[in-house]
Amino acid sequence: MAEAARRRRTGGETMSGAEILWECLVREGVDTVFGYPGGAILPAYDALGRFPIHHVLVRHEQGAAHVADGYARASGRVGVAVATSGPGATNLTTGIATAMLDSVPTVFITGQVPSKLLGTDAFQETDVTGITLPITKHNELVTDVTRLAAALREAFAIARSGRPGPVLVDICKDVQQARTTFEWPEDPARSGWSAPAPDPGQLARAADMIAASERPLILAGHGIVRAGASHILTALAEKADIPVALTLLGLGGFPASHSLSLGMMGMHGEAYVNRAIQRADLIIALGMRFDDRVTGKLETFARHARKIHVELDPSEIGKNVPVDVALQADVREALEALVPLVPSRHHRAWLEEIAEGREDTRARDLLQQPDDGRLYAAHVIRELWRATGGNALVVTDVGQHQMWEAQYYPHERPRSLVTSGGLGTMGFALPAAIGAKMACPDAEVWVVAGDGGFQMTQCELATLRQENLDVKIAVVNNGFLGMVRQWQEFFYEKRYSATPLLSPDFAALAAAYGLPGCTVTSRSGMEAAIAAMRASPQGGLIDFRVEREEAVYPMVPSGADIGDMIRRPAQAPAEEGATA
Amino acid sequence: MKHTLLARVQDQPGVLNRVASLFRRRAFNIDSLTVGASESKGISRMTIVVDATRTSARLVAANLGKLVAVEEVTDVTHLPTIARDLALIRVRCAQEERGPVHDLVAGFRARVADVGSDSVIVEATGTEEDLNALVELLRPRGVLEIVRTGRVAMVRGNNGNGSES
Repeated sequence: MAEAARRRRTGGETMSGAEILWECLVREGVDTVFGYPGGAILPAYDALGRFPIHHVLVRHEQGAAHVADGYARASGRVGVAVATSGPGATNLTTGIATAMLDSVPTVFITGQVPSKLLGTDAFQETDVTGITLPITKHNELVTDVTRLAAALREAFAIARSGRPGPVLVDICKDVQQARTTFEWPEDPARSGWSAPAPDPGQLARAADMIAASERPLILAGHGIVRAGASHILTALAEKADIPVALTLLGLGGFPASHSLSLGMMGMHGEAYVNRAIQRADLIIALGMRFDDRVTGKLETFARHARKIHVELDPSEIGKNVPVDVALQADVREALEALVPLVPSRHHRAWLEEIAEGREDTRARDLLQQPDDGRLYAAHVIRELWRATGGNALVVTDVGQHQMWEAQYYPHERPRSLVTSGGLGTMGFALPAAIGAKMACPDAEVWVVAGDGGFQMTQCELATLRQENLDVKIAVVNNGFLGMVRQWQEFFYEKRYSATPLLSPDFAALAAAYGLPGCTVTSRSGMEAAIAAMRASPQGGLIDFRVEREEAVYPMVPSGADIGDMIRRPAQAPAEEGATA
Repeated sequence: MKHTLLARVQDQPGVLNRVASLFRRRAFNIDSLTVGASESKGISRMTIVVDATRTSARLVAANLGKLVAVEEVTDVTHLPTIARDLALIRVRCAQEERGPVHDLVAGFRARVADVGSDSVIVEATGTEEDLNALVELLRPRGVLEIVRTGRVAMVRGNNGNGSES
């Protein structure tokens, strides 16, 4: 019915601003939005029922932002969140900044006080475009209803274009109420920047460097996932026989089971990966930005390597690491042009050298340690991987469990891991998983969260229940703000200031929300609990009470040389069959 | 070194704020920034002078170029340009000194724009170096107030930071 009503609106007729808002969203392909109503956005909510858009009521606007973000990361489509003025909008900001740092295409709609009251400190007025200016790709305050359709059209175009990101449209209440002739701009007047075609000269130089290299290494990041470039990345790696290391946000961009896959680099990357970076004579950086969590000390990062940087965003090229070949381009387009220019080669000696380091890492792996039956987070993650066949869509929070997930849950496919990398936002996982599940209803979605971060947004359990979503939650509960505790252990002489953490009985909490919940305190209970949760059609929560003072190994101390890692002491390998 | 950037920007509320916010956030140092109408309706042109290394200047331009309201950015530092600054200088000047002051500033193609009972306002345009020299020359007479626009620049010849048409 709503669809039929909508079809009658062919443009050129009079509509209210509120109707124009939803009509524009429908035309952009939006069928689900996440939000929380309030005074300044009431006219929009009043009109919502007349449009084929499902509104998901969150319990806090930060949740709405993360839900929209998770929806976008899991699907590649634009996620949309809606909030009212003042506190509604300011509550969004953590989520907006999260989407900004990780380049997630999102559109935020906020109500604003009537235009006549702007600047008067009216009830629930804040300067939302001012507050969000540095954490959005673009924003606009709409004070005139005739501008609204164009502003929304541009918002979606800008959010998607070039390096994607959040765009906020702040709409005055009187604009939502005012009526005008609806005109849908077919082509947005402004759509943001996009990358040029790859430069042939730079492509040729890159190909020459690759041909001449004896110890080449690919560092692949989020850009591979964004661009859908996994296949062409695999083609490059295989043709030129080049190992591939991934950033946290790049995980899944290259299949973990591939013989050329090294896994994650950087602060909690494996030691042999970081050593390979330091030993390489050529770094081919693809869709990554040399974040400090990746490079460690810049002066000593990949000193022996020439560097090729393929990157969409011109302001990332040369920002942290000087490069020899800069290819500003869409990474997929660049690789499609580059692969034919690159000769087939083998780098047997180089790959063998890296493989030797892998043996040493394996010997130090917690899972290889003598089996004492105690429950470590690593066991939980590895069992999740085993039970789900590596096919789950995992959404993590931020902290130790996030790094353990990255280490012990190998990802084969792009967009099978959703995690807050750049901003490192605790409280991200549960709401982002709601969005991921709504974007990919057929996926088996697992939240992996710590006891600290989970409590920041656990109110969204109600959203989960209200939407009847099957999201499975693993709380890795060690009774500490674990990553901070680890830094205190390593760098602050074990002064555990403000990190011991009292939590509710999470299983009972889940039950209070009408969700199945259980507690696992030992290795022996782990497998059955995970199997039961997988079989639960309404999801639920498992509270894993893991070892309290385990650290994430290895670790590059902040700002140190990435070759210089704190490692787990090596122990004698476990007996055959003793590991999980 | 000093880099001069020319930017074509859409003439919309908040554009200057966006540019200034970018400089603040990225910790780029602005020496001067001027903005005014351009030859096209709805488009302003900014001249921005930054003290930066070559790499930082490139990053400034790249970051500016990402702003939706910025249509084009050109670093004209190494191009032949006409670069000018406008200064108004209030100088203490007794009635009988007006003649000598007038003659002095004429050498800089400057002029006396306003005459008060014991001061005059000198209006001068020129390169920053020219204006600095003029100020130094006037200083012994008593410089009471200076206001300067900062640099505006235009590329010489036919190829500017202009629209296609």
